[in-house]
Amino acid sequence: MLSRTADHIYWLGRYIERAETLARALDVQYQLSLLPQTPDSIRAGWLDTLDELGLLPEYRKRHGEVTIDLPPLFIAHATDTSMSIRGCLQAARENARAVRGVITSEMWETLNATWIELRDSGSTHRSAAGMQHFIDWVKHRSQLLRGVWQGTMLRDEGYAFLRMGTALERADGTARILGARLATSSGGTAIGGFYQWGVLLRAMSAFENYRKLYRDLVLPDRVAELLVLCEDEPRSLRRAVHDLYTGLGVVANQRSRETERRAGALDATLQFGSTESVSLERLRALLDDCVERLKDIDRRIARDFLVAIEYAA
Amino acid sequence: MSFPKFDEMRAADGSVREHYAAFQAWLAQQPAEHLAEKRREADLLFHRLGITFAVYGEEQGTERLIPFDIVPRILPAAEWRELETGLRQRVRALNAFLGDVYGEQAILKAGRIPSEAILTNAQYRPEMQGIRLPTDTYAHVAGVDIVRDGNGVLHVLEDNLRVPSGVSYMLEDRRMMMRLFPELFSKHAVAPVEHYPELLSANLRSVAPGGLEDPTVVLLTPGRYNSAYFEHAFLAQQMGVELVEGQDLFVRDDVVYMRTTRGPQRVDVIYRRIDDDYLDPLAFRPDSTLGVAGLMTAYRAGTVTIANAVGTGIADDKSIYPYVPDMIEFYLGEKPLLANVPTWTLRDPEQLAEVLPRLHELVVKEVHGAGGYGMLIGPASTKAQIEDFRKKILAHPERYIAQPTLALSTCPTFVEQGLAPRHIDLRPFVLSGRDIQVVPGGLTRVALPEGSLVVNSSQGGGTKDTWVLEA
Repeated sequence: MLSRTADHIYWLGRYIERAETLARALDVQYQLSLLPQTPDSIRAGWLDTLDELGLLPEYRKRHGEVTIDLPPLFIAHATDTSMSIRGCLQAARENARAVRGVITSEMWETLNATWIELRDSGSTHRSAAGMQHFIDWVKHRSQLLRGVWQGTMLRDEGYAFLRMGTALERADGTARILGARLATSSGGTAIGGFYQWGVLLRAMSAFENYRKLYRDLVLPDRVAELLVLCEDEPRSLRRAVHDLYTGLGVVANQRSRETERRAGALDATLQFGSTESVSLERLRALLDDCVERLKDIDRRIARDFLVAIEYAA
Repeated sequence: MSFPKFDEMRAADGSVREHYAAFQAWLAQQPAEHLAEKRREADLLFHRLGITFAVYGEEQGTERLIPFDIVPRILPAAEWRELETGLRQRVRALNAFLGDVYGEQAILKAGRIPSEAILTNAQYRPEMQGIRLPTDTYAHVAGVDIVRDGNGVLHVLEDNLRVPSGVSYMLEDRRMMMRLFPELFSKHAVAPVEHYPELLSANLRSVAPGGLEDPTVVLLTPGRYNSAYFEHAFLAQQMGVELVEGQDLFVRDDVVYMRTTRGPQRVDVIYRRIDDDYLDPLAFRPDSTLGVAGLMTAYRAGTVTIANAVGTGIADDKSIYPYVPDMIEFYLGEKPLLANVPTWTLRDPEQLAEVLPRLHELVVKEVHGAGGYGMLIGPASTKAQIEDFRKKILAHPERYIAQPTLALSTCPTFVEQGLAPRHIDLRPFVLSGRDIQVVPGGLTRVALPEGSLVVNSSQGGGTKDTWVLEA
């Protein structure tokens, strides 16, 4: 497969997944902002969310102060950036357009229709009142797209790069959403904790899974365990990193051994991670470590596969 | 001035021609709102499928639909057979001419074409002199533009031998018609065209260097901002070949490779959809970022086939066009089956003198122009426009040819006011390699504004499905 093609496909996967991650992060904070609290604590929540998602500098450049109203609109609809949901879907569509001969027609059509619908959507879509509807729409389209490529794409290198892009972005996204929750959570009552962590579980579509697995109250440690270490939870770090690692095995070339080793090491860290490692005291360090190692693996994937290098045949 | 008029569906007395009878009967039964709904559905589908083209001179990345009309252009079997035979003859002669011009130059020595018309022509590529190509094929894909005049006679208007486009619309228009009106296809024996990518693939594989068994074929595109990018991606996908850009290829030791995730992979056949000028910055335009440095060296070394070959522009140049009937006689010893449109070459002072007083009734074209840009349609122009053009012609007569204004045939077409006759042309695609293949049909383009004779999509032209009836 052409390196440039692989690059477009990898980023196609990343942008679709990032749109979904942003929608979920938005969902958490949007739900929380509806709970009774002071305006200051709502603003603090948005600040942490923007910061954890890496959007704060761009937000400040455009809007200055973090307010109650602007952050969700920025995350959802900011134009001329690939940081917003809108920007991600546009970037995904541009990447798809560049390789529309390689992905299946159904994938292209679904993504193109998604983009057209977003582009032509009226202002209700973009108003604060339409926020929950918009979030659900984004999650739904992302799930639809994933269903289409899983149902139509040849299990070849292209599929592997799409999976890798998706897995890396999902691991990164889960770590960041969890990190944002961690930053904002400040003890409080058990009922307060239930709402705060329950919203997170719901936004990650993991609330029902949590109940099924633990048959217990919503406890922060257990939420972290589910979203970091649980192999069976589809959005957990462990699951996503494992997908990334197996994807690397499919596309491996002579240059990629060290990258594979590092992905394998991260996979092992999570596979053999103890419940203590995800306790509230130690979770922050673990998440930071994961995000750093994912960044490193991403750079190495680009170097090993995606940036075209001439070397002897 | 009044020209004889020819409508594809109706004879002069208003009666429906036999090969349109079944269609007309069906059409008459369709409620207007049903057809309107189908037309909206077609628009929606084309948008969703992203079957769009970019327009030069507009904001980069502007995407537009090419209007699609639901009334097909129908050709009876016997007429198509004649046309196809004529096309095969013409393309065979054009390929022979290219081999000759870049080889012995017998036709120049025989004095059938003046040497200076070739050797001083910007489309002549001295770099090609003395190279033998696999199966001696130069124009692997030809998109020959056919028009019917007011008397019902088919003429060749242009031989497009460089990077002819539009075949994807031929295929998509058919797909759309079958989707919208499946019942029509049970009433008509319409010859299928869907196997075109299969033929193209076989054709490209047949011209690999040294008759290679299992060559690696790629399609070279200028990228996703090119007006025909949809078609490039479409054809690459349908053939199952890599869609590459210049940056994906490199040349080492006279061999072309593509950069893949598993290292360099050798490339044997390049179906290129970029012009000669941009192919290789070392050989042609040094500022080209679309091409591949060193490609011409590899080409000359015979390690890679480029389709169409470099330098085919000398055969479809408008100043060479008047000589194509001579080529057919010279190389094949046959009488031309398809007529040329009468053409004045303004390089010739006598012909120039004939043309100058008649500009208001003629069409004048730039020799190197394409896409309907840079032409004068006398009857549709103001005095001032004609005088402007006269000055341009007088400054550089060698840059122009003139032709009578053809009353292109019309075909009923849906426009805002309902069904109305609009002018059309036809571009069948002829594949040359080990043998010659033509799929029955082609791209029918239609000029949508009333009275307009310009069918180019860049000038607001639309398309129609083209039916060749099998019985």
